[in-house]
Amino acid sequence: MGVGPVVAQVAEAVQHVLPTARRGDFWGATIEKFGVLFIGLAAFAAVIGLVLFFADRTPKKMRDVVQLTAFVAPALLLLLVGLVYPAIQTVYLAFTNRQGEWIGFQNFVWMFTQDEILQVLLNTIIWVLLVPALSTTIGLAYAVFIDKSAGEKVLKSLVFLPMAISFVGAGIIWRFIYEYRAEGYEQIGLLNQIIVWFGGEPRQFLIESPWNTFFLIIVMIWIQTGFAMVLLSAAIKAVPTEIIEASRLDGANAWQQFWNVTVPGIRSTLVVVVTTITIATLKVFDIVRTMTGGNYGTSVVANEMYTQAFNRAEWGQGAALAVVLFIMVLPIIMYNVRVMRKQREIR
Amino acid sequence: MSATDAAEAALDSPLNSKKVRRQRPEGKADRAKKVLTSKWATAGAIIIAVIWTIPTAGLFITSFRPADQIKGSGWWTIFQNWGFTFDNYAEVLTAQGASSANLSSYFINSIVVAVPATLFPLVLASLAAYAFAWIKFRFSAAIFIGVFALQIVPLQMALIPLLQIFSGALGISGTFPAVWIAHTIFGLPLAIFLLHNFISEIPGDVIEAARVDGANHFQTFFRIVLPLAMPALASFAIFQFLWVWNDLLVALVFSGGGVDVAPLTQRLAELSGNYGRNLHRLPAAAFISIIVPLIVFFSLQRYFVRGLMAGSTKG
Repeated sequence: MGVGPVVAQVAEAVQHVLPTARRGDFWGATIEKFGVLFIGLAAFAAVIGLVLFFADRTPKKMRDVVQLTAFVAPALLLLLVGLVYPAIQTVYLAFTNRQGEWIGFQNFVWMFTQDEILQVLLNTIIWVLLVPALSTTIGLAYAVFIDKSAGEKVLKSLVFLPMAISFVGAGIIWRFIYEYRAEGYEQIGLLNQIIVWFGGEPRQFLIESPWNTFFLIIVMIWIQTGFAMVLLSAAIKAVPTEIIEASRLDGANAWQQFWNVTVPGIRSTLVVVVTTITIATLKVFDIVRTMTGGNYGTSVVANEMYTQAFNRAEWGQGAALAVVLFIMVLPIIMYNVRVMRKQREIR
Repeated sequence: MSATDAAEAALDSPLNSKKVRRQRPEGKADRAKKVLTSKWATAGAIIIAVIWTIPTAGLFITSFRPADQIKGSGWWTIFQNWGFTFDNYAEVLTAQGASSANLSSYFINSIVVAVPATLFPLVLASLAAYAFAWIKFRFSAAIFIGVFALQIVPLQMALIPLLQIFSGALGISGTFPAVWIAHTIFGLPLAIFLLHNFISEIPGDVIEAARVDGANHFQTFFRIVLPLAMPALASFAIFQFLWVWNDLLVALVFSGGGVDVAPLTQRLAELSGNYGRNLHRLPAAAFISIIVPLIVFFSLQRYFVRGLMAGSTKG
């Protein structure tokens, strides 16, 4: 298909332009970067264009096969090389040491015997228990509170907004909330200022273990609640009014209506919300990296995997942690595939 | 798919709230109910809205305060310690050199990373999605389910070997193409799934009619399927763009981390790592990285929400 040589050529072009940026010539570097952008887009368009062109011109006999290949092969090839093979390779790496020698289950034994790593696993479990539960609850409550109220759209945007902010940006936003100054100095973090106003002693929220993990979790909840809220709000609006009306005529109060009518009506959306947030939480990396760097006993599996593999060059141990992450997500995959199969059967 | 249904419903409700209201006229009893329960509901809603807004608003105010005031007092004392300046923005954007933030360079990098990393998976996935939906071939269902399952494989599983391929066989580690290809691969499962759902909903009669007229798959794809699938293409494009723009992990692993290639998030994380020294730079720096997603968010909320919901299992 000619992708390999093209990639290599683009790469060569890129390496050629690199030194300019280092010399601090901003405009020169920018022009060259956009040059790379243009070359990249043009190369991609050329490859795809050529593949489609030749597939279109093939003799009638083979046309069906060739056309099919042209449609699916590029995507499937990339997935095979970029996801399937690496995933298998990672499983293999998990059983090797940093020299690449086979060492059986030693990496997993290491994981479950090191206090530090056990802490990491425990932290991940705390994250996974708290984030989906709390963001879904708060998001659902908010969705119910603002349902049909004036200014619903604006109120929604306020809570949904953090969804558009990167985890890194959110980490910085919240570090300023948690900022600590010693007692007697003027506080510049809002949370400590509130504590001081109420006569308390300022705390180092991100350093004092084990509570620091909870303060990181708050950031994730802050981000994910908007997601839960928007989906659940949509689901609530889809619950037929007739049923709600009927339960009201039966004398149900607002709380009973909520539990007996609304919640069953939005069950499938609740499942989607909880599983989605659970997966996102299992893989949380950026928040921990930006706010504590995984220090002070706050590391989680995804962060520790990065630290082991890319900071310490312990590829085997990093891979083993990735495998653990995969095993944690596995039940959710199987559940989703089952749902998916059912849907295809219905079709 | 329940998620997609919910997505459609959500899209209709906030934007076409008039229509919804017309469909469900509120009776007298309804309004009485509303008054009774709304006191607590309103209080709860306001509390949540305030807590959710204050962190961002506070940092936004902070970003315009002079450096010594950022270090010396909280943003809520802005009226006692008045100060307003663009210095922080000017410094993080324009100051060049190894120790300065250099954000303008990283901003360019983010753009150069994000545009192809959005377009490549979009093109490849729409081709594949068409094939899965409208070309009959053996194992098509099985392969499609396989692609769907890949969606949830944590990308952490792929990082190490993919980096080995990039630095070994291809020799492109630490360049823009490496980041583009990585993002393309990680975006494909979601893109194929999302676009397939949409493309397979196109009425079979339309496709058949084109075939009867003698159109082959390419003509059908370009003249009929692509134009009809525009909404889905747009929502995936926005979702993927934001995902790439906000990503840190892929950037850290494949960009090499320098001012040549690495995007904004990477530099922000570095600045944040030296927190004390960069205290006055961070608020402005954070907002520079947030501004593009916010523009996308406010101008294209409709598509963003749809992409987000349909793509809720991205990974």
